[in-house]
Amino acid sequence: MNNSLIEYIMHLADNSLIHGHRLSEWSGHGPILEVDIALSNIALDNIGAARSLYEYAAEIEGNGKTEDTYPYFRDVRQFKNSLLVELPNGNFADTMAKCFIFDAYQFYFYTALKNSTDERLAAIAEKSLKEVTYHLRFSSEWVVRLGDGTDESKQKMQNAIAEHWEYAGELFAPSNIELAMMEQGIAPNIATLKNAWQQKMAETIEEATLSFPLSNEKGWFQSGGKKGIHTEYLGFILSDLQYMQKTYPNSEW
Amino acid sequence: MSNQEWPLWEIFIRSKAGLDHKHVGSLHAADSTMAIEMARDVYTRRMEGISIWAVESTNIHASNPDDASIFYEPSNDKIYRHPTFYDLPDEITHM
Repeated sequence: MNNSLIEYIMHLADNSLIHGHRLSEWSGHGPILEVDIALSNIALDNIGAARSLYEYAAEIEGNGKTEDTYPYFRDVRQFKNSLLVELPNGNFADTMAKCFIFDAYQFYFYTALKNSTDERLAAIAEKSLKEVTYHLRFSSEWVVRLGDGTDESKQKMQNAIAEHWEYAGELFAPSNIELAMMEQGIAPNIATLKNAWQQKMAETIEEATLSFPLSNEKGWFQSGGKKGIHTEYLGFILSDLQYMQKTYPNSEW
Repeated sequence: MSNQEWPLWEIFIRSKAGLDHKHVGSLHAADSTMAIEMARDVYTRRMEGISIWAVESTNIHASNPDDASIFYEPSNDKIYRHPTFYDLPDEITHM
């Protein structure tokens, strides 16, 4: 039971950590100063949520584990984040499309996780939901601004949504761990969140005067991240993220 | 691509209930929604405030520095305009 719970917490924490790490890559590179700061804020919100989750896992596992053990001392296959969040940032429209898909998922996910039978997860969900509500507002507004903007920005936003669309399905496909957690009332049934999410997608995409990607609605989607089977990108992220610990093991500052 | 810049906005933040909004700085934004959200991200990330006003800078009309001598100097020798020439009864405190 504890092992499944830890594994489930890893999935949630890894999603937030890797998404936050990707967004932090924008620091100093944002299209304008204010957006640069906004992206760093959102990155920190995600990394903060990941910290609370790793800390919880460390408490359950004991054995001298800390919140740092999981991000710094695991290898690619042990990370259980969805593939979507490890994709490269691309251009600003790509990042906003990725954020939009993920933020909307997290919004409905945390709303449901507030009712978890696990009080700690319910509390983390309650805190994170406030942050995610803002993230979703930020990313959906940029989808609309770029979609309903110039010919060039519209084209870029349309491409960005189309390219990320095939990674959305994995967010709503429960893994064995998630199924086990659902049975105990710890995890919400993510499959049932998909309708609300899809509606939010459709409304925003319509407001952005873009066309809704229909090609992938037949059901096929990219998956593997939840089982530890990742794209080539995660290894590069980890070599960056874990550089200090790998070069100077157990260094502290 | 057009090089047109986004308009400039002046940002005012109320730090807590009951206090007034204070000017904190300015930023560029396409419209008022974006201005308020950017102000949230730039000026309230360290718990600086609970309310934001954004005013397009072109809507602020300022006095001319050249007018300083005719605007402000005449009041220098009119100290009687300060309410400091009253005898306060002893029982009134906190004045």
